[in-house]
Amino acid sequence: MSLEVSHLSFAYSKRGRLVLDDISFSVKKGDLLAVLGPNGVGKSTMFRCILGFLRDYEGSIRLNGLEIKFLDHREIAKHVAYIPQSTYPVFNYTVLDVVLMGLTNQMNLLAAPNQDHIDEAYAAMESLGIAHLRNAGYGEISGGERQLTLIARALVQKAKILIMDEPTANLDYGNQFRVMCRISDLARDGYIIILSTHNPDHAFLYANRTLMIYGGKVIADGTPENVLDAKLIKVVYGVDVNVEDYRYGSRRHKLCVPINGGVGKHR
Amino acid sequence: MADAVTTPSASDREQLADDAVSGAGTDTAIIPSVADRDLPNYRFRFLLLILAVVFCAVASFVVGRFSMSIHEVVLLLLSPVFPVPEIWDDAMYSVVYNIRLPRILVAFLVGAALSTAGAAYQGMFQNPLVSPDILGASAGAGLGAALAIYLYLGTGAITVFAFVGGLVAVGTAYAVSRLVRGNTILSMVLAGILVGSLFSASISYIKLVADTNDQLPAITYWLMGSLAGATMEDVYFAGVVIIIGIIPLFLLRWRMNVLTLGEDEAKSMGINTNLLRLVVIVSATLITAVSVSISGIIGWVGLVIPHFCRMVFGYDYRRIIPAAVLMGGGFLLLVDDFARTIASTEVPLGILTAFVGAPIFAYLLILRGRES
Repeated sequence: MSLEVSHLSFAYSKRGRLVLDDISFSVKKGDLLAVLGPNGVGKSTMFRCILGFLRDYEGSIRLNGLEIKFLDHREIAKHVAYIPQSTYPVFNYTVLDVVLMGLTNQMNLLAAPNQDHIDEAYAAMESLGIAHLRNAGYGEISGGERQLTLIARALVQKAKILIMDEPTANLDYGNQFRVMCRISDLARDGYIIILSTHNPDHAFLYANRTLMIYGGKVIADGTPENVLDAKLIKVVYGVDVNVEDYRYGSRRHKLCVPINGGVGKHR
Repeated sequence: MADAVTTPSASDREQLADDAVSGAGTDTAIIPSVADRDLPNYRFRFLLLILAVVFCAVASFVVGRFSMSIHEVVLLLLSPVFPVPEIWDDAMYSVVYNIRLPRILVAFLVGAALSTAGAAYQGMFQNPLVSPDILGASAGAGLGAALAIYLYLGTGAITVFAFVGGLVAVGTAYAVSRLVRGNTILSMVLAGILVGSLFSASISYIKLVADTNDQLPAITYWLMGSLAGATMEDVYFAGVVIIIGIIPLFLLRWRMNVLTLGEDEAKSMGINTNLLRLVVIVSATLITAVSVSISGIIGWVGLVIPHFCRMVFGYDYRRIIPAAVLMGGGFLLLVDDFARTIASTEVPLGILTAFVGAPIFAYLLILRGRES
């Protein structure tokens, strides 16, 4: 299982601005890659290219050596699953139905889920601690539960690469950590996870790699401890921070601490 | 002592913290927001719905100017298959088999078709406020019918012209939307509005130049929708097309669930969205166009009935499609019974469905607003 992005560039129109400008990186089994960058910097566009939604990109995105733009959606879906931001649904399906939709790729064209599929969906929900919600409406559960439902849906799809668009957006303080813990468990189980986040601490706490995108370019690539520093965060986000070492028992990691209220000097 | 009562002690505080932790389950579990619950008994609900539709159908034979008892109707209906005592006269036989049977079948078929097409379009456009003529099917069929009436063609030709007109309108809207870059859903809705208003303007033009003595009233009356004069030929024509159109929707009903999540999510789960959407559009358009072509423009059924289906049967298209067939058919049967009995002359169906549908829809909207 491999995903290699090399010299990826993309613009929404022929002579338009390059949203992605010569991006290269690759991921391997067990990676949890946190993609950081300010709003509108092209993180979502990059994901849409990797998922095969946008196909007129320059450069190459190779999934197990095959170019994404030449693969059909059924083939991509076998290896790459997409976990969008959880939004309020138009139609209030039950949680079980939402998870079952992830199995569609493994069914015949005209088939509907059978008992085996239901058992499989139920097992995935149980592993994420949301089995008790199976008959609840997807619109009635909390944002954290919705995010876990979407993760369960991606798990039953049996793809080993999970692309998550800001999985902690719209979650409260506690649910952010609960969802991130589940996600880092998945990376430990051998999934490749590429997620975007706005919180550098999430990169420090959970990711083994981070990619900082700014102006459509990769301006930092490496372990969060090595590449995320106060200077970079100041340049990208315009926020004054100290990156502090933090010890907790035998564990040790870094955390971002805003100073002077972050943007204090402008007040 | 009094102090100890009002301020929690250290051990109390620990207990509180313990409760909070155990309440959250394991340390990484999401705090549950909704308790476990059972699904409603959908089989039982389907059984009730089928019984209600059968009752409506039998009752529809009894209702009307020519009075007969339910006993006579049931025996008459059983007579081709079972040896039953002959207690009817020729007039009664003729009313049942030549007038009421085709009319009842057409009412059921048209109601079933419009509400199924509405349900399919609502899912595909991810919008519960969409009706089957969103892509211009009704306006196209109306133009076809108006043209046929203007050219003094017969009733059969009116049906065929209307059917073709509906297909042409939707085909045009689809082709225009494919030329637009970007959001497919939005461009299809806009193309539908565009084509619909163009075809409506053409209908107005034909009305303007039509003979005011016979053609104009005929066009106006046709556009209001009616099942009066339904024949067995209508039943065969509409029946075949509607069954051909409903079969793909029925077979693909699980995949339609995935399509309601939107273009990107459906693609990410391996769905060929362009093909699936095309199949849904072609099927829903076929059944909408053929319905409009034999009954005229009957609004509201395709908009309101799918909402009822969701209230009773949930959101899963595996249940919504069969429910829409039964509920839509039953609903139009009932409304048609009123159309032929409440006044001394027939009331056009399109007027009645609006009078019934609009208040129901307002009620549903208010109810939904309260829930959320």
